[in-house]
Amino acid sequence: MIPAAFDYVRADSVDGAVALLTEHGDDAKLIAGGHSLLPLMKLRLATPAVLVDVSRLDELSYVRDAGDHVAVGGLTRHHDVEHSDVLREHAPLLAFAAGQVGDPQVRHRGTIGGSLAHADPASDLPACVLALGGTIVARGSSGERTIAIDDFFQGFLESALAPDEVITEVRIPKATGAGFGFEKFNRRAQDWAIVGVAAVGGDRPGVALVNMGSTPLRAAAVEARLAEGAAPDAAAAVADEGTEPPSDLNASEDYRRHLARVLVERALTSVAGSNGTGATR
Amino acid sequence: MTSEPRNSTAPTASVSVSIAVNGRPTDNTVEARTLLVQYLRETVGLTGTNIGCDTTSCGACTVLLDGESVKSCTVLAAQADGRSVTTIEGLADGETLHPMQEAFREYHGLQCGYCTPGMVMAAVSLATEHDALSESDVRTGLEGNLCRCTGYHNIVRAVMAGADAMSGTTTGAGSGA
Repeated sequence: MIPAAFDYVRADSVDGAVALLTEHGDDAKLIAGGHSLLPLMKLRLATPAVLVDVSRLDELSYVRDAGDHVAVGGLTRHHDVEHSDVLREHAPLLAFAAGQVGDPQVRHRGTIGGSLAHADPASDLPACVLALGGTIVARGSSGERTIAIDDFFQGFLESALAPDEVITEVRIPKATGAGFGFEKFNRRAQDWAIVGVAAVGGDRPGVALVNMGSTPLRAAAVEARLAEGAAPDAAAAVADEGTEPPSDLNASEDYRRHLARVLVERALTSVAGSNGTGATR
Repeated sequence: MTSEPRNSTAPTASVSVSIAVNGRPTDNTVEARTLLVQYLRETVGLTGTNIGCDTTSCGACTVLLDGESVKSCTVLAAQADGRSVTTIEGLADGETLHPMQEAFREYHGLQCGYCTPGMVMAAVSLATEHDALSESDVRTGLEGNLCRCTGYHNIVRAVMAGADAMSGTTTGAGSGA
């Protein structure tokens, strides 16, 4: 399978990428690692006329301790998120989950900014950034702005990014010492989650769901019960409340609802037991 | 044609690429949509890298890009411009097999052989990234490579033996991670 023909240009700076996006508008797509976009292009589900390659913008590949949060450059690869000592200490949920994305080859190419911009409800990292209460930094032709993760996912494969905007950074509030849980249920190791759960405890607890609707979802009902002091099983009992999970070849809607309740309980049990050092799955 | 990676301001339908393949420079102008695996097989003529699923799943097309395993069906040749690629043809030193190839032969880590080039390349990358590999590390580390014949047991044995043999030797495959 070969993508439909397109014109290619390599951006030499973030501003250069923004200028190219501004010039070519909806006809253009950014490519970084390409592990969400190229498969769609090979299936001709995406046929951009222009590809703007930002994968050489090394200045957007970093993980930095920024005081109250960890700053992760938009082009930081899953492999580098997984192995970041700063994230392992201050947001171990994200480091652990990055190591569960795809397989080693995918993690050598895919980037956190690409994963978020693609806004796939079945992806692992969007749910983690939701649970951790992160912030997206985007630069476009009218300058830089920040977008709270709760405002970022707008619809199926649709984000709040304007066509001329590039994700430059993802800010993750520190969850140092907080327990976490990450559950990913799938048939083959490398597959997307049929249902997944990202959960973190501590001062800013959060729970988010993978593949339980058209966007990555916050498990608001679970969080409300936790705020009332509910135990993991009682909180998990409302895991599918407010969700609209799809039915497909992998699972029916009912099966996904059941999985969400089971996996949220497991994730919350890990949160309670891990104190920031544990892992699950 | 330039031999340096270059940035341009105007999108083009064809792209000049300079890619060191197995240590030898290759310079070609290709359609922008050319996938790295196509470039290796059809432009450079190295057919050891197989195309299996063509959907980033099976890992048969795994090569090393600057020493790290990638699935070459999901990388544009243009994205490898200015970089080094190692394919299965680039591992052996003359008639002497690479330690990982030798281990796959010794432990019979294959049956039909179709997944083998990708398995070996993924294993070399895995061994380069880890000082010591447990059986669990190997099984997890090969999650991106599917074999439909062996049931994996001999592959795992081969990778553990190959990784042992590689430690203390250079892979000739770049710096790794």
